Amino acid sequence: MGRYVLRRLLQMIPVFVGATLLIFLMVNVMGDPIAGLCGDRQCDPGTAARLRKEFGLDKPVWQQYLTYMGNVFTGDFGTAFNGQPVTELMGSAFPVTIRLTIVAVLFEIVIGITLGVVTGLRRGRPVDTTVLLVTLVVISVPTFVTGLLLQLLLGVEWAWIRPSVSPEAPFEELIVPGLVLASVSLAYVTRLTRTSIAENKRSDYVRTAVAKGLPRHRVVTRHLLRNSLIPVVTFIGTDIGALMGGAIVTERIFNIHGVGYQLYQGILRQNTQTVVGFVTVLVLVFLVANLLVDLLYAVLDPRIRYA
Amino acid sequence: MRGATHAKWAACVTAAALVATACGGGGDGGGAGGAVLSSSWGDPQNPLEPANTNEVQGGKVLDMVFRGLKRYDPETGAAEDMLAERIETTDQQNFTITVKDGWTFSNGEKVTAKSFVDAWNYGASLRNNQRNAYFFSYIQGYDKVHPEKGEQSADTLSGLKVTGERTFTVALAQKWSTFPDTLGYNAYVPLPRVFFDDHDAWLARPVGNGPYTVQSYTRGSQMSLRAWEEYPGPDKARNGGVDLKVYTDNNTAYTDLMAGNLDLVDDVPAAQLRNVGSDLGDRYLNTPAGIIQTLAFPYYDENWSKEGMDKVRKGLSMAIDREQITETIFQKTRTPATDWTSPVLGEDGGYKAGLCGDACEYRPDEAKKLIREGGGLPGGQVRITYNADTGSHKDWVDAVCNSVNNALGDDRACVGDPVGTFADFRKRITENKMTGPFRAGWQMDYPLIQNFLQPLYYTGGSSNDGKWSNAEFDELVDEANAEDDDTKAVAKFQQAEEVVRDGMAAIPLWYQNGSAGYSERLSNVKLNPFSVPVYDQITVG
Repeated sequence: MGRYVLRRLLQMIPVFVGATLLIFLMVNVMGDPIAGLCGDRQCDPGTAARLRKEFGLDKPVWQQYLTYMGNVFTGDFGTAFNGQPVTELMGSAFPVTIRLTIVAVLFEIVIGITLGVVTGLRRGRPVDTTVLLVTLVVISVPTFVTGLLLQLLLGVEWAWIRPSVSPEAPFEELIVPGLVLASVSLAYVTRLTRTSIAENKRSDYVRTAVAKGLPRHRVVTRHLLRNSLIPVVTFIGTDIGALMGGAIVTERIFNIHGVGYQLYQGILRQNTQTVVGFVTVLVLVFLVANLLVDLLYAVLDPRIRYA
Repeated sequence: MRGATHAKWAACVTAAALVATACGGGGDGGGAGGAVLSSSWGDPQNPLEPANTNEVQGGKVLDMVFRGLKRYDPETGAAEDMLAERIETTDQQNFTITVKDGWTFSNGEKVTAKSFVDAWNYGASLRNNQRNAYFFSYIQGYDKVHPEKGEQSADTLSGLKVTGERTFTVALAQKWSTFPDTLGYNAYVPLPRVFFDDHDAWLARPVGNGPYTVQSYTRGSQMSLRAWEEYPGPDKARNGGVDLKVYTDNNTAYTDLMAGNLDLVDDVPAAQLRNVGSDLGDRYLNTPAGIIQTLAFPYYDENWSKEGMDKVRKGLSMAIDREQITETIFQKTRTPATDWTSPVLGEDGGYKAGLCGDACEYRPDEAKKLIREGGGLPGGQVRITYNADTGSHKDWVDAVCNSVNNALGDDRACVGDPVGTFADFRKRITENKMTGPFRAGWQMDYPLIQNFLQPLYYTGGSSNDGKWSNAEFDELVDEANAEDDDTKAVAKFQQAEEVVRDGMAAIPLWYQNGSAGYSERLSNVKLNPFSVPVYDQITVG
């Protein structure tokens, strides 16, 4: 187990370096960030040169990348164009997005798995058909439509919620945005669970458990669900990274000052330091989430072991 | 652990409850003016220093926290004395400025001549990376303090001298009669000692001498400004304060206004313009601002500078149906342009409706003829370059091209050429890589005709992106700047503008309006010529 984790951690290094290098190159080919700093007017050459030097933009890209990575290992993610250290931006943005992601994942787990189990056990019945239809609709409607619609109905028409989230972004304000963010994945989780449950329902060990006379809820939670969850856990695990990075649309709609917002601003202002910094952390989140998913397999199915 | 989480939940709920009551009840903590209002805001791009702020969002704050020597009348745009008691000159080049007595910063420090001179020297110094440094470039010694290349050889501008507690002199590098009228610009405000002594603390919570003080500032999310009760100026705040809230998207701000969570939105999103009348009625403002949009041309490209091209440019201008585009695309938040300035200048200030003449009217037949006479479009096609990341540039560029194509009877005559980001767009401009007309816009720094012409069309001007150069124009501008009489100076500038017209240096498209919407709680909401709400005049309740 320990060796397996170590090997996985070592594998992360090339992925990490590759991903950051790619982002670094992509942001750099987009143009000259200093040119956009002075608005619809040319920065005077003296100031432009100094700013370029300050942000390290006067050096070749490979050198910029090396310096950047060197700094990252000492915890220095550079400075954003407004003079704020990127770590400070992260400190304010990540907690908000993590809360949003938690809400979204909770929705996925609670609603998605419950619906999946219910429909999987009643395959072909009206409940199953209805849920299937609803999930199909949810999957096909883009997030920004769902978001704007809910915002308009709940926020403006019925005034149940505030249409925008305050800067502190406490959990209760994130419920609706979290639901919007989770909606598409939630539908997938439902469908995945349903298929998996329906399949395993016919397996020998479930039949044995039923034959032993175990109570129904025990058969379902202990025997059926535990084995059916493996594909679902894989999906949710990889989804965590996707949710954090993909929150741009939801965060914009609901005025959430999280990772999506900072990334958007960073890209718009072509702020290499902000974009690369945030993406670096997101890559790490993605990698760690994947590792955790793999480790969870062993918990769910003891037959899977890591040497 | 569990206990801690519970406590945190409780705290969050209480905080939310407090916020909710503060919103519903109008809030407390206000000064003499009473209630606090909330307004939408965008995250300032640069550190919030006077000489470093070149966009509207940061400028908005400076306008609330600072007062300079002059201030532009919110309605007429005329430069009026604020902290300046007298600005005297005999030769239009050397000025003696006397600062009024009795002004202090909100921390109690007196505003003296030194407060100005120190601030200006700071703004000009290359070492401080101030993006607006060129505002001081007219002052003697700028080339030493801010050389184009290499290290600076002086720390202070030789043209600035403190001559008394309340007096200082300014020596300009050339004659410039309207220089005093530019002193209302944010880059010229005075700064307190604490700005220099403890810069980080100042940035975290700016201290100024204006009608508002900064109560708290959370970067990227909110700034709370409160009325300063001891403010010595005549334009005391008529409300208790303003909470500026950063919005990720102006659509969300508008939704919040509709839901009653926000009092003022100073940028109505284009998508809402169709509903704004029924949503807000007369609580929607749509008033002229000092912004003009044009199409500029790359004169460094010989295709565009060769003989006869002025006819082609004029023809293109005639092929654009400005009326229709401003109505359908912009819902009348733009006005077709008929000169190269802005209506906010007023007739005395140099705005002259119709100066452009026929060339700015939609005349498809004549357009076709002129372009043919001028030798046709270079390569048979014009590509209008714009940045696609902000604003609705794609919409109007497509509309302009449509109009041109219809007029010329050739659907390949004009196409839009989008560039991904603003930074990339600017990069192509600064590196002289444009090959055809490109989007250009000018938001005035101060309401002077000089500001609409000199930076844009003077040889080597700071925003002369197309590198247009005309000796006659330069000469007329120099003469205008040396004129001691304002009316005569304006007349000279208009003469220079006629040179711009005759060569069709840039195609004027339309004047941009400022727009705002506000809640029923507010009254006396106005936008100044810079399209920024006049916060101090707003009353709540």
